[in-house]
Amino acid sequence: MRILIIEDDAEVAAYLAKGLKEAGHNVVHAADGEGGLFLATSETFDALIVDRMIPRLDGLAVVQKLRAAGNRNPVLVLSALGEVDDRVQGLKAGGDDYLVKPFAFSELLARLDAICRRGSTAAPQTSLKVADLEINLLTHKVTRGGQSIDLQPREFRLLEYLMKHAGRVVTRTMLLESVWDYHFDPQTNVIDVHISRLRQKIDKGFDLQLLTTVRGAGYMLHAPE
Amino acid sequence: MRLNKLFLSSTVRFAAIYMALFATSVLILFGFIYWATAGYLERQTKAVIETDAAGLADRFRLNGGEALNQLIAQRVSQTRGQEKVYLLADRAGKVLAGNLPTPPAVDPVSGQWLTVEVDDYDAEEDGEEEKHFALAYTIWLSDTLYLLVGRDVHELEEKQEIILQALGWAFALTIVLGLVGGFVISAGMLRRIETINETSRRIMTGDLSRRIPLGGSGDEFDQLAQNLNDMLDQIQTLMDGIRQVSDNIAHDLRGSLTRLRSHLDLWQSQSAGNDIHKPIVDKIVREADNLLATFNALLRIARIEAGNRRAGFAAVELKTVLLDVVELYEPLIAGKGQNLEVDLPEDLTILGDRDLLFQAFANLLDNAAKYTPDNGKIRVALDRGSDGVRVLIADSGKGIPAPARDKVFQRFFRLEESPDTPGNGLGLSLVAAVVKLHDGEIRLADNHPGLRVEMTFPAGN
Repeated sequence: MRILIIEDDAEVAAYLAKGLKEAGHNVVHAADGEGGLFLATSETFDALIVDRMIPRLDGLAVVQKLRAAGNRNPVLVLSALGEVDDRVQGLKAGGDDYLVKPFAFSELLARLDAICRRGSTAAPQTSLKVADLEINLLTHKVTRGGQSIDLQPREFRLLEYLMKHAGRVVTRTMLLESVWDYHFDPQTNVIDVHISRLRQKIDKGFDLQLLTTVRGAGYMLHAPE
Repeated sequence: MRLNKLFLSSTVRFAAIYMALFATSVLILFGFIYWATAGYLERQTKAVIETDAAGLADRFRLNGGEALNQLIAQRVSQTRGQEKVYLLADRAGKVLAGNLPTPPAVDPVSGQWLTVEVDDYDAEEDGEEEKHFALAYTIWLSDTLYLLVGRDVHELEEKQEIILQALGWAFALTIVLGLVGGFVISAGMLRRIETINETSRRIMTGDLSRRIPLGGSGDEFDQLAQNLNDMLDQIQTLMDGIRQVSDNIAHDLRGSLTRLRSHLDLWQSQSAGNDIHKPIVDKIVREADNLLATFNALLRIARIEAGNRRAGFAAVELKTVLLDVVELYEPLIAGKGQNLEVDLPEDLTILGDRDLLFQAFANLLDNAAKYTPDNGKIRVALDRGSDGVRVLIADSGKGIPAPARDKVFQRFFRLEESPDTPGNGLGLSLVAAVVKLHDGEIRLADNHPGLRVEMTFPAGN
């Protein structure tokens, strides 16, 4: 993917560029709002990473101007401001996701992945399938290898989210925000317990372990090659 | 209620003081008016009597006793009944002339004023017999002979009475007007003080944008309000400055912390598995994460305490939030074999921030799960108390000793026995900040055994 980073902090920008390049992306960097807006409107990108506090033109204003001009590129807003109202402002301005500094690079990569995929899945799906695990989004029926699995409503939403992002890393905060719909900092890793419970139900007794923990990043549901 | 009473009582006190001062000055003024009017009439009457008596005495001195007798007889014949009283008598009390048949007891000196009872001279005219008195003056013509001249003062007394009555009514009216005026003035004054109080209370609850309205007259109250407003402006400027500085610090420090964390991240990923430093790097990353978490929590508490979040308040269904918290922690609690009792009979709504409330309840339930032994008991309840909506989170852990209960809400305070348990000593500070933001109250009590956390929030509607 071709990604535009609008960030005034040279070190953060270099770090982002390095990591993204290692992940196989093509990176262009702008150091202020005006330059970023110019690049975003004159060239084509697959995704934008925009810092909120940048000189010349505020990050949110850049996003607003882009959206007003009909640009629908996925935008990930970065900020040192982490309060919910700031987050809401960021999303209202047209950002697709909001990430608070400091963040682990894996978190950024996971979220970037998620917002880029969001645009491509246009047709509403009624069922999802990963290897021999299948869920029906209408009837909420879950089967693995033809065997029916009973899930609690929250476990179903958790599995649904993991399957929609199959093959990609999903972080704990992404799960809290999407599956539980609350923005908060858990003091302990309560999510881990939910994951291990879900793993008990879908992986126990099967040779192929679909739900894996990615150390220091989060979880992934995938069918190993 | 209490405040209202106080307000009323000071109104009454001010009105009473005002009234007392007012009444005293009016009383002095009316006393002078009475002296100037009724007193003048009496003085005039006395002057007439004195002149009349002096005239008669002169006649005696110049023309002798017979001439005086004639003159008295002439005067008596011209008067109606005893409207004017004349008497010429000797020391023994023998009447020589005049229309007063029974002479009163008199002192043997000239110039004595006395009151004698006389007949009603106009009893036939107005048809009623009234008691009349005459004001009389004596002059001794010789050692044995004295002259008494008097005037019926019934009419004078009537006039004086009318004046007194009029003044009495005027005084009563003045008292009533004074009382009303006192009330109006002191209530008006106190209302302005109350406006200042009300504004101060709003400001104390975090709404620093409030200002005291000015009356527009530029009086002392306006000056006081203006001074307070200027002071508030200055405080707000200072606070905005501090917030600006702390926001800048947040931005800058978090920026460098991000870079630190990023470098560590890269190091960690590059030294995958085979580096002998890996355990140390992992430890440093964990420490950096802890540092960031503490820093974030501190900033978060500061922002919550600043009260800005109130602008985004909406109706929050507490039962839903509590059920979500319980649902999130249920597997963790079940994993420790703890018994979770959830008692949420009705959905109660408060005005608030659902994410912050979720965070506060989650912190408390997290603590409960952390400090309650395996197979212990945890209870979450919601009910309507007398003073609002009550949320209860109780456990059967080791609890918090009574002397430490106030301190646990302070930043970085940790119980001595728990230095090894993870946490930064900010969890309960955050809870307290969230509860305060919602105008709520939080109380810690002994659950016999364990900790009982009780929060009360004002009901939403």
